[in-house]
Amino acid sequence: MLAWTLYSSFLGVLVLMFMRSTSAVGARKVALFTTLAGTVFALGGVQQLDPGGEVTVVTRIAWVPALGIDFFLGADGISATLVLLTSLASVVGVLFSWNIEHRAREFFAFYLALIGGVYGVFLSFDLFLLFVFYEIAIIPKYFIIAIWGSTRKEYGAMKLALYSFVGSAMVLVGLIGAYVLAGSATFNLLELARHDYPMSFQVWAFPMVFVGFTILAGLWPFHTWAPTGHVAAPTAASMLLAGVVMKLGAYGGLRVAMTLFPQGLDYWRDIVAVLAVIGIVYGAMVALTQRDFKFVIGYSSVSHMGFVLLGLMTLSEVGLSGAVLQMFSHGVIAGLLFAVVGRMVYDRTHTRVLSELEVMRLGRALPFAGSTFVVAGLASMGMPGFSGFVAELKILIGAWQTFPTLAVLAGLGILIGVAYTLRVIQKGFFSGLTQESPPDAAGTAATLEPITVPERVGAVLLIGASLAVGLYPRLLLDWIVPSLNSPLFSRIWSQGGM
Amino acid sequence: MITLLTLTPLVGALLIVGLEAGRAQAARRLGMAAALLALLQAALLLARYDTGAAGLQFEERAEWIPSMNVSYVVGLDGLGLLMVLLTTLLVPFAMFASWRVDRDVKMFVVLTLFLEAGLLGAFTALNFFHWFLFWEISLVPAYFLIKLWGGAGRVAAATQFFVYTMVGSVAMLLGFMALFLATGTFDFMQLGALGSAGDLAPRLAERAAWAGLSGEHLALAVFLLVFLGFAVKVPVMPFHTWLPATYAEAPTGVSMLLTGVMSKMGVYGLVRILLPIFPEQIRALQTPLLWLAVATIVLAAFSAFAQRDLKRMIAYSSVNHLGYCLLGVFAAVTVTESVPDGVIERTAVLNGVLLQMFNHGISAAALFWFVGLIEERAAGRRGVDDFGGLRKVAPVFCGLMGISLFASLGLPGLNGFIGEFLIFKGAFPLAGWAAALSVLGLLVTAVFLLTILQRVFNGPLKPEWGGFADLTLGERLLVLPAIGLMFVLGVHPQLFLQFVNPTVVQLVDQLP
Repeated sequence: MLAWTLYSSFLGVLVLMFMRSTSAVGARKVALFTTLAGTVFALGGVQQLDPGGEVTVVTRIAWVPALGIDFFLGADGISATLVLLTSLASVVGVLFSWNIEHRAREFFAFYLALIGGVYGVFLSFDLFLLFVFYEIAIIPKYFIIAIWGSTRKEYGAMKLALYSFVGSAMVLVGLIGAYVLAGSATFNLLELARHDYPMSFQVWAFPMVFVGFTILAGLWPFHTWAPTGHVAAPTAASMLLAGVVMKLGAYGGLRVAMTLFPQGLDYWRDIVAVLAVIGIVYGAMVALTQRDFKFVIGYSSVSHMGFVLLGLMTLSEVGLSGAVLQMFSHGVIAGLLFAVVGRMVYDRTHTRVLSELEVMRLGRALPFAGSTFVVAGLASMGMPGFSGFVAELKILIGAWQTFPTLAVLAGLGILIGVAYTLRVIQKGFFSGLTQESPPDAAGTAATLEPITVPERVGAVLLIGASLAVGLYPRLLLDWIVPSLNSPLFSRIWSQGGM
Repeated sequence: MITLLTLTPLVGALLIVGLEAGRAQAARRLGMAAALLALLQAALLLARYDTGAAGLQFEERAEWIPSMNVSYVVGLDGLGLLMVLLTTLLVPFAMFASWRVDRDVKMFVVLTLFLEAGLLGAFTALNFFHWFLFWEISLVPAYFLIKLWGGAGRVAAATQFFVYTMVGSVAMLLGFMALFLATGTFDFMQLGALGSAGDLAPRLAERAAWAGLSGEHLALAVFLLVFLGFAVKVPVMPFHTWLPATYAEAPTGVSMLLTGVMSKMGVYGLVRILLPIFPEQIRALQTPLLWLAVATIVLAAFSAFAQRDLKRMIAYSSVNHLGYCLLGVFAAVTVTESVPDGVIERTAVLNGVLLQMFNHGISAAALFWFVGLIEERAAGRRGVDDFGGLRKVAPVFCGLMGISLFASLGLPGLNGFIGEFLIFKGAFPLAGWAAALSVLGLLVTAVFLLTILQRVFNGPLKPEWGGFADLTLGERLLVLPAIGLMFVLGVHPQLFLQFVNPTVVQLVDQLP
């Protein structure tokens, strides 16, 4: 059933391509229906998975037998978590793109193709197939930004595409090396992960593949595509970029690079952890100084993804499960932040410059946007009760165990996160709201279109997801933890000394 | 039962969110109903509380996050019960005091109820994960209440308040992570048992070693991290600088809750968490910690004396009063030849700390309420030198505020005396020099509180205050319970001591 998540997405693309009518309404409905269907398949599919954490085979068909390439879709708890995230983000993304009129049919076709590619990456257990889906996800992203974006959109789109391609080239080199050295003529990840590669190979293959993937997760210093890409992208695309595409990178790093090359991982572990913490602190510090609202969120994503990478490097159950949880959590929260900034604020005010927003009294003019942003901001700064807290807590516990100094520095990053979040809450929504000011601030309030129903539904869905996972993390941890203890990851543990 | 109590204000808040915009009066009434319902539940808990038993009562347990060994545990002992009672009493008081807030009433009431839920949750949770949730959550409504309804300097004050508290919280979080790594649990009771048995240092050395530090040093470092979190909240000098601005800028009802209940979260943490878990570390650092307590007591008193703004004076006096709690907690770990087991002294000192928390909550909230009324009636002026002779035009006002001032300076017969008396009674044998120095604070407090009395109420009446209105009937009725409690507790402290004492005895028994 899980396989239908990606089939249905690509079917949606086909329907949109052959649809006669060019009306935006029809395209939206098709997109919403497709993503809802994907959600149903995702929810139904994860119920069929092995609760013990083993990889459940969903579909396995020989594709290029001569090279040992299969069409092999499967899932374990980690895939399940990310598939659920993708389905949620895809539905909400459509809701926040409800106002797209310009070439709506094509927009949603690219959108669904991107979603399909992402589902594909999370479900592939054949490395060749995974790589194909990975590439499929890059191309629609480029077009969505270049056509429907704003603020230096061609530059942002091109930078993102170039970074992605460089990354995937590095991944490809490493993977082919792994394929050849294993000598068993298969791209099956589960089989390759049992092979012991010589240390001399792992030492360079691990950084090639890991960095190749995690460029997309915003690994410092290869993160610079992220803020510009996020800013240039239209709302739904920034939501997906931060919400799902960055997770592709982290997922690839965990699923492929870390399981294939555990000794290489051990060799590079400290350096990656240091880079991750630099990302956390640096991202937060840069976010603190931005003048553009969306850049603040863009850099905050770099900071939060740093936690994912730090969690991966702890090589302990608590840290790794925190990292996977953080992938989910950041997907939801960053999606929400971008939705508020891009859709609720920018589409109405046509500015994202904080000093211009400062005089608009948006807290009064758009109270729903203000409250949503406050909630999202609190979630983002790691307030207990929201998913981000549990995730970062687990990551920090893991980090305390292995790199105590880095854990303290990451704690500093959290504090800077508090500072930049408060700053944008203040500048974006609450400045100029004084007791003396007229209660309605008539000037701006009258001209701004009120928040629509799809926006409200989308915001409530995301807040609900973050709260549900934050208050009852077992919803996801019951999937994640057994999978981390499965044989696929056992070799990582032996490196981490757990 | 306890879960229901914490949920009551939350449900009330959600109902109010659902109200149509503009229905301010309905929002106020609904909010008050929720707060009174919570008070009723607290009264029920008090009635059903078994004073003969020492341990936790009304305990509720459930699985929560097994992968981090976190379960949902709530329960009440004497300490928790006292704090729950204080919270549920002060919230309706503060809501009545804020009845005249007329901007964004709905949001104001919702945030107040959220704050109450956060406080109740924090006073009943017995697991760090769960407790920290409420500790942090209560910060958010407080921040917005100050930021959106405060005085002229509110934005800076709110931000300073939030950032200071967050720094403390993150430090505490890091400390508890180390504890979790060392012990594998977040449960306060289990951690307390380990700490009191002296198992913390060896476990830290074994499982959370860092930078070649010995177990004792690691335990000290962890202690300092956790201490910082509470020190900011109480506050302990020199971490107090957020407080005067915050209390002065917050609207009256919010100042009442901040000083009455939120500052107690810090002292509560010292007694519930720091004392059982880190008794040896407190003992190792006892001299500097006592110096901090003395500095808090004495310097805050002098600072209050130097203020010209009534609200700031009361704010500093709060710091001073909570300083006695610090003195009590830090003195309680003493072991010397002169007091071989020190059970009687420790019991006295800790009973005093608990009573002082409650007493200060009542009197400081009442004082902030009175100052708020003065400010309201004097068109925003609240300088101590702006007034004079108010006694002549507003005798009841001055009489009742005078009682609160005397309660605050510790006049025998009123509630403030009994807490401070017990603290000093215990602290003199346990830490004589610190207690002796702290007496200076008592004196200066008396001086500045009497100064208020003199400057504002006595002397020649300034002509512009000829029309200063006395307390209305409603206001008299509102403050009556608070004044009544000051007398009842002052004359018959056993009423509360019977709840508190078994808990304190158990705590003292556990201390090494």
